[in-house]
Amino acid sequence: MLNQIILFIVGVVGGVLGGMGMGGGTILIPLLSIFNLVSQKQAQAVNLISFIPMAIVVLIIHVKNKLVKGENIFFIIIPASIFAVLGSLISTLIGGDILKRIFGGFLILLSVFELFSDKILSKFLKSSKNGKI
Amino acid sequence: MKDFFKRKSVLGIISGSVVGFINGFFGGGGGMIVVPILTILFCLTEKQAHATAIAIILPVSLISSVIYIFNGHFNFNSGLAVLIGVVLGGVIGAFLLKKLSNNSIVKIFAIVMAIGGIKMLFF
Repeated sequence: MLNQIILFIVGVVGGVLGGMGMGGGTILIPLLSIFNLVSQKQAQAVNLISFIPMAIVVLIIHVKNKLVKGENIFFIIIPASIFAVLGSLISTLIGGDILKRIFGGFLILLSVFELFSDKILSKFLKSSKNGKI
Repeated sequence: MKDFFKRKSVLGIISGSVVGFINGFFGGGGGMIVVPILTILFCLTEKQAHATAIAIILPVSLISSVIYIFNGHFNFNSGLAVLIGVVLGGVIGAFLLKKLSNNSIVKIFAIVMAIGGIKMLFF
C-alpha cells in the first residue's frame, strides 16, 4: 500500500509538470526508474498510457480554441506513427539496463537543448522566415 | 515557391519519423522535440505549437502503448496508481500553467533533467 502511495505521488509530480507543458515524461520516467519503483520499460509504458486520457481532454479544449493547426500535420503524423512502431519494437528488444543508460543520454541532450533553446530557435526561425528552410 | 513548400514537406516527413521513433523508443519525449519543429517549419506561435504537438503525439503514443502492453510492460498494480496520479496532476498543472510558467522555471527544470540523465547514464 505504501508503495502504491509513493507511485501515486510520483505520478502527480509528473502529471503537474506535464500539464504545465514541460515534458511530463521526461520527469516521470526518470523518477520512476532512478528510485527503482518500476523497471525502465514499465516506466516508459505507464508514461505512454497515462498520456492518452490527458491528451484527449486537453486536445478537445485546444481544438475548441482553434489552437490546433491541422493543415500540414499529416506530413508529420503519418511518418511519426510508422516510426513509432519501429521505435517501440526495438525498445522492447533491448535490455532494460542499457535502455536506461541510453535514456539518460537522451535526457542530457534534451536538457542542453532546453538551456539554449532561445538562441537555437531564434536562429532557425529567422532562416525559416527567410525561406532558407 | 513550389520548391519551398516541397522542402518543408520533406523536412516534415523526416522530423516526423525521428519524433515517432524517439517517442516509441523512449516511451515519451517526442512532444519536447516536435514543439520547436512546428515552430520552425510551420511558423506556429508557442501556444499553437504546444496544442498541435498533442494532436501529433496522441496517435503516436496510442500505437506505442499497444506495443508496450502487448509485450507485457504494463504492470497493472503499479501502473494504475501512477496513471491516476498523472491524470490528477495533469489537471492541477494545466491550472498552474497560467500562473507559474516562465523562462527561469524551464531552465531550472532543464538542470534537474540533466542531473537525472547523468544518474541514469553513469550510475
